[in-house]
Amino acid sequence: MKKVAIIGSGVIGAMIARELSRYELEVTVFEKESDVAMGATRANSAIVHAGFDAKEGSMKAKMNVAGSFMMEQVCSELGVKYVRNGSLVIGFNDEDRAELERLCARGKSNGVEGLRVIEKTELKALEPNISDNATCALHAPTGAIVCPYELCIASIGNAMDNGVKLILDFEVASIERTEKGFVLSSGDGRRAMADYVINAAGIYSDKIAKMTGDNSFEVHPRRGEYVLLDRECGSTVSHTIFRTPSKMGKGILVTPTVDGNLLTGPTSVDMEDKEDKSTTAQGLAKLMGEACENIEGGVAYGKTITSFCGLRAVGNTGDFIINEKAGFVNAAGIESPGLSSAPAIALYVRELLENAGLELISKKTFNPIREPKHRFREASIEEKNEIIARDPAYGRIICRCETISEGEILDAIRSNPPARDIDGVKRRTRAGMGRCQGGFCGPYVMELIAKERGIEFEKVTKAGGNSTMVIGKTK
Amino acid sequence: MLTKELVIIGGGPAGMSAAIAAYEDGIRDLLIIERDDSLGGILQQCIHNGFGLHRFGEELTGPEYAWRYEKRVRELNIPVMLSTMVLDITEDKVVTATNSSEGIFQIKAKAIILAMGCRERPKGALNIAGHRPSGIYSAGMAQKLVNMKGFMPGKNVVILGSGDIGLIMARRMTLEGAKVHAVCELMPYSGGLARNIEQCLNDFDIPLKLSHTVVNIHGKERLEGVTIAKVDERRRPVEGTEEFIACDTLLLSVGLIPENELTKSAGVTLDRVTGGALVDQNRQTEIEGIFSCGNVLHVHDLVDYVSEEAEIAGRGAAAYIRGELVPTKNTTIKTDGKIRYTVPERITSDGDVSVYFRVSDVFRDKKVTVRSGDTIIYQKKHLKLAPGEMECVKLTADKLRGANELVFGLED
Repeated sequence: MKKVAIIGSGVIGAMIARELSRYELEVTVFEKESDVAMGATRANSAIVHAGFDAKEGSMKAKMNVAGSFMMEQVCSELGVKYVRNGSLVIGFNDEDRAELERLCARGKSNGVEGLRVIEKTELKALEPNISDNATCALHAPTGAIVCPYELCIASIGNAMDNGVKLILDFEVASIERTEKGFVLSSGDGRRAMADYVINAAGIYSDKIAKMTGDNSFEVHPRRGEYVLLDRECGSTVSHTIFRTPSKMGKGILVTPTVDGNLLTGPTSVDMEDKEDKSTTAQGLAKLMGEACENIEGGVAYGKTITSFCGLRAVGNTGDFIINEKAGFVNAAGIESPGLSSAPAIALYVRELLENAGLELISKKTFNPIREPKHRFREASIEEKNEIIARDPAYGRIICRCETISEGEILDAIRSNPPARDIDGVKRRTRAGMGRCQGGFCGPYVMELIAKERGIEFEKVTKAGGNSTMVIGKTK
Repeated sequence: MLTKELVIIGGGPAGMSAAIAAYEDGIRDLLIIERDDSLGGILQQCIHNGFGLHRFGEELTGPEYAWRYEKRVRELNIPVMLSTMVLDITEDKVVTATNSSEGIFQIKAKAIILAMGCRERPKGALNIAGHRPSGIYSAGMAQKLVNMKGFMPGKNVVILGSGDIGLIMARRMTLEGAKVHAVCELMPYSGGLARNIEQCLNDFDIPLKLSHTVVNIHGKERLEGVTIAKVDERRRPVEGTEEFIACDTLLLSVGLIPENELTKSAGVTLDRVTGGALVDQNRQTEIEGIFSCGNVLHVHDLVDYVSEEAEIAGRGAAAYIRGELVPTKNTTIKTDGKIRYTVPERITSDGDVSVYFRVSDVFRDKKVTVRSGDTIIYQKKHLKLAPGEMECVKLTADKLRGANELVFGLED
């Protein structure tokens, strides 16, 4: 069986892995971090863009529109929350209106359905809390929201259930082409063979490409800071609210999340350090100020739960860099609308491999459905009671803010891809993601991880590496 | 559906005191629902002493104080459901809860006492810039790790916020061999009790840096240090005053928030200042038959007052169940801003009433004054009043007679 190595387990690597798990292939995903979804996938705007933003004919436009069409189906197969809430790009003056008309035309030419510029009365009817100063808006009913790391985890999980291997803590340090194929080596001396290699390494994809002698592009990180608010504020707006884009970029958006919170951001600052995911006081102040301009009476930042920073992988070509040469595939420079494009990029990469001579034989056992062990949260009271009767752990609530049971946490530690640390449990179950941010449930979650993984309590980390929670026993 | 005359949500000091008081007032069909696997609430992890001075005239540890009430709950055979989480309550007093033996179930109650306590304000709410490494804990989580689990979060500590739990943890971590480098407080005064500043900081030479905050967090995996800075009178960091402190642990003690999600689900109106329900002198909320007491009503500094308040709620619920709680008037209580809030916020029948309050800043040589129209019905001079210390005024029935509105204020 042919071996395919995927470098990177962000949403792009994850969707590619799932796509390839349909076929009789030996697919291995190599991830340098201790969990999946740790790069740009972990922290972004969580938007499925309608597709009016990208330039006509660009890879971004094609992938975005196609991906946006596929997303609902993919999410339904993977058990991932998806809400088609529609988006509104709001304008404040005639200059904005002209730009919105231009975007509307571009969107139509890209194949986006239902686009329309609407006037103040209709805008206010759709979004009563929008700023009184907004005079018009571009309404894109196909815009949607999805949780990027939930999608990534579910996608990798489904791929693993279908036979894909995930190797964590494997940082590819060199790639060698031999007669028998590629040899990937990690810094600590581990080696792996592959017939085909897919580079989905996010902000490091230029570094990976260079290992094969491909110096055709550069990727640099662009910081995006966000502020997340309590679910109490989740109904401030129902659509995703963008500002009319200007030379300064797309501006700050205000959007509900699929989990019912309100998300505001991102800032946009070009960086050099690919590891610097710190927030800045200036950035946070700027984004909060701008977000408040969009909402009449401002955004209730007193109800902030957390702020965070993500790094977009910005390529130097102005477009996604997706190509293949001698069995090595780049899926690089996947900045916005990368999440929206992910399902389409996966299909496109499959085509590239096929064109490169990889024979694809459908796997009879492939199951596109990823059923969580129990869909506990969405279950009715009767269904929940049946689940609790079979497994009492589902009746024990560990995270009080988000009402997450021990059963759901154990499921996250036991299912593909297994949660190994506190943040891993948090991303999979939302335990610790509520208003107390793990203050109550943290120690319980640590105990569950220690017990399930058979490690000492002291060895449990927040997010792998040296991120320990306790340093030892008391006196 | 199960029915109960009285359901008490929470088995901490407030819930237990309320249950005992209701039982002693004749209520037999009652139930305490507690989400933890034992009674006692947050007192279980408060192994320091200082509890019960007012109540019992002796210094008890948290678990000892809780045990006095738990023992009584057991003697009276008051039913308790442990490891049971209430998911929802409705305006018509249907309680939905879950546990691993019953699954999800509902109880229709004649009266409900809310006694869910409070939780700590998390780091996220502060929006501190920088990285997000491990090593940052709320003071309460650190207290749980040290006192209940027997593990040390770290050995070089900075504490942000001088709330009581932070002060207690400064001492606790020091006793366990950690070095507490500083306690930073954003305000020009501490929100903690004077006795805790003396016994937990001064006795151990731990510096309290007033008008200081943490402006940056360093370290990608585990915390490596924090940058602190002075703040001006508008609480903005002053440029040039930044100071780096190497540490592996940052504890946050930046305020407590009454945990009122269930209260809101029932449609009870909350007070914007306290974060708890608006109540009358019986601690009855605006919804008849739903009572609130303890830290879920407003954050207390002494558990002794929690017990006292819970007993009022317990007796109030008992009277309500007997049909004796009939409002005969509606006297509202207002404040002048120097007094931040009062509990209760209204009085609905004749009788003596104790009104608890907090001030909004540190004041010296002021007279606590209660006016009913133009008449001063109470006045007492205080040498010092601070936000960290709850005060109480006893108003007698004769003074309250005929009052429509009371205004609590500080006068010279």
